[in-house]
Amino acid sequence: MKKLIIPAILSALIIGCSSTPIDENAGASVETRNGANSGGVAQVTAGGADASGLPRELTDPKSKLSMRSIFFDLDKYEVKDEYKDLVASHAKYLVAHRDFKVLLQGNTDERGSREYNLSLGQKRSDAVKRSLTLLGAREDQVESVSLGEEKPRNAGHDESAWSENRRADILYKAADGRGEF
Amino acid sequence: MKTMQRISRRVFLACGLLVAGFAQAQLSFELSGAGANRIPVAIADFLGDPTASRVVTATIRADLERSGLFKLVDTTGVALDENSSINHGEWKGKGADALAAGSLGRTADGRMEARFRVYDTQKAVTLGGAAYVTGNEQLRIAGHRIADYIYEKLTGEKGVFSTRIAYVVKARGQFLLQIADADGQGAATALTSPEPIISPVWSPDGGKLAYVSFEKKKPVIYVHSLASGQRSIVANFKGSNSAPAWSPDGRRLAVVLSKDGNSQLYAVNADGSGVQRLAQSGGIDTEPRYSADGGSIYFTSDRGGSPQIYRIGATGGDAQRVTFEGSYNVSPRPSPDGKSLAFIARREGRFQLAVMDLASRQVQVLTDSHKDESPSFAPNSRMILIATEVGGRGVLSAVSSDGRIKQRLSVAAGDVREPAWGPFYH
Repeated sequence: MKKLIIPAILSALIIGCSSTPIDENAGASVETRNGANSGGVAQVTAGGADASGLPRELTDPKSKLSMRSIFFDLDKYEVKDEYKDLVASHAKYLVAHRDFKVLLQGNTDERGSREYNLSLGQKRSDAVKRSLTLLGAREDQVESVSLGEEKPRNAGHDESAWSENRRADILYKAADGRGEF
Repeated sequence: MKTMQRISRRVFLACGLLVAGFAQAQLSFELSGAGANRIPVAIADFLGDPTASRVVTATIRADLERSGLFKLVDTTGVALDENSSINHGEWKGKGADALAAGSLGRTADGRMEARFRVYDTQKAVTLGGAAYVTGNEQLRIAGHRIADYIYEKLTGEKGVFSTRIAYVVKARGQFLLQIADADGQGAATALTSPEPIISPVWSPDGGKLAYVSFEKKKPVIYVHSLASGQRSIVANFKGSNSAPAWSPDGRRLAVVLSKDGNSQLYAVNADGSGVQRLAQSGGIDTEPRYSADGGSIYFTSDRGGSPQIYRIGATGGDAQRVTFEGSYNVSPRPSPDGKSLAFIARREGRFQLAVMDLASRQVQVLTDSHKDESPSFAPNSRMILIATEVGGRGVLSAVSSDGRIKQRLSVAAGDVREPAWGPFYH
């Protein structure tokens, strides 16, 4: 069961409210109007994806491929030299395993507009995608997306927290659909 | 059978969580600052069903007072219905410019009927009256609508007390998309998700919300019908899908997609069909919003080096830069009356709500906070709802377009963010 969606209508919340001007002499007649926004709200629950079931090579802490994060400097959107080697290892894995896919999630620190930060995070994941495809990963193996400021690794509000959050993460999925996204 | 049990247990657990979140996430409202010339108004106790009358009159009084535009005149011990004869001189003497009186009764089908009249005590005339019928549990809505009526009679503008707001609460690792009355009461959860929900926007008819949900590990745009809970995906292209904005006719959504590289502006039909690119830039284009007349789209772009607000035609064309002061101006929101543009400006490292008068291009910063975001105009253009931060916690704040009146909405436990003010009651 990958998803759990429960529509549950709260009948108590369904309302009708109608209006009529008072006639100065007679009693008011009642007109029932149920406008589109007259009140009912049903509840829905969204679910996430199942995780893991990936080869040890990708998850074993001793394996280089278990390192999945690439950090960026403030206002910077290019992969730093110190991460070139790590990105190359992931590219090599994708070349050797054409049935594996990766989702690249870009992230930013919390300062500024959420939507603008989403676009900045996209620049980070796009940069990692460019490196991977230059090194032989196929376009259909790589998707770059952004989580903006929404999923901070460190919830703090100072530079040390922010530097952990300026990041792109690599998530893997195997051919059989098992994986991290 | 086992599966069924497991599913029903999950359903039960999820419902329990929803109820817990619902109970905890009630917003409370505080007013700080008020208009310069508040109108003194007397709301008499209504006659008829005493319990219902208390609910309705308390709602009317609270609404009018919270708006910052009215001063309540004491009516202790005075109960009047819509047919009582009014001694205008006496009310004038008590300092009231206006008086409302009414009654609560039951209709033949068992619902409640609130009947009322509003008087101008200065001119000794009736300003009008109406009867509103609601279910028993919805008496506060009748109160909001009466408050709207009084507000409109006395200020000449439409009231927004009976409108609704949407916002996102983050509590215990869950994200709740909630809908509440404009005073923060009556909160109901439309969506619960383990992943973030951002950028909710109301359809012009008030029946749906479009928003961005991360439940698929990436940003995807949904349209969600509030009454049925039915959700449909509007944009789930390769890459990120974000920043939805309804066209004023409710048929199209301006969205931001990264499918062709970079965050760029597109328009799609509300069912996700008919994708059309609106603009092309080498940088980021995001946060589109249609002008009230539907003729143009305001958006944020860093095409000039820093994020600034630009405007293009609703189907594309040349972009004109709108903001010039400062190096960070984002989140443009044109007002429903077409006269102004609210946005977030960074000034000395602080993110503050600003308003531009579109005729004079004059900019006024309305707050002194440091982390304002996601502005949203009331449908009468008089107030702007924003998310801000107080003591490290997300709260909602409503600021009048002239900056004089400020109201704060906070949730007992949890962070509130991403407010969106809904349209007028239909």
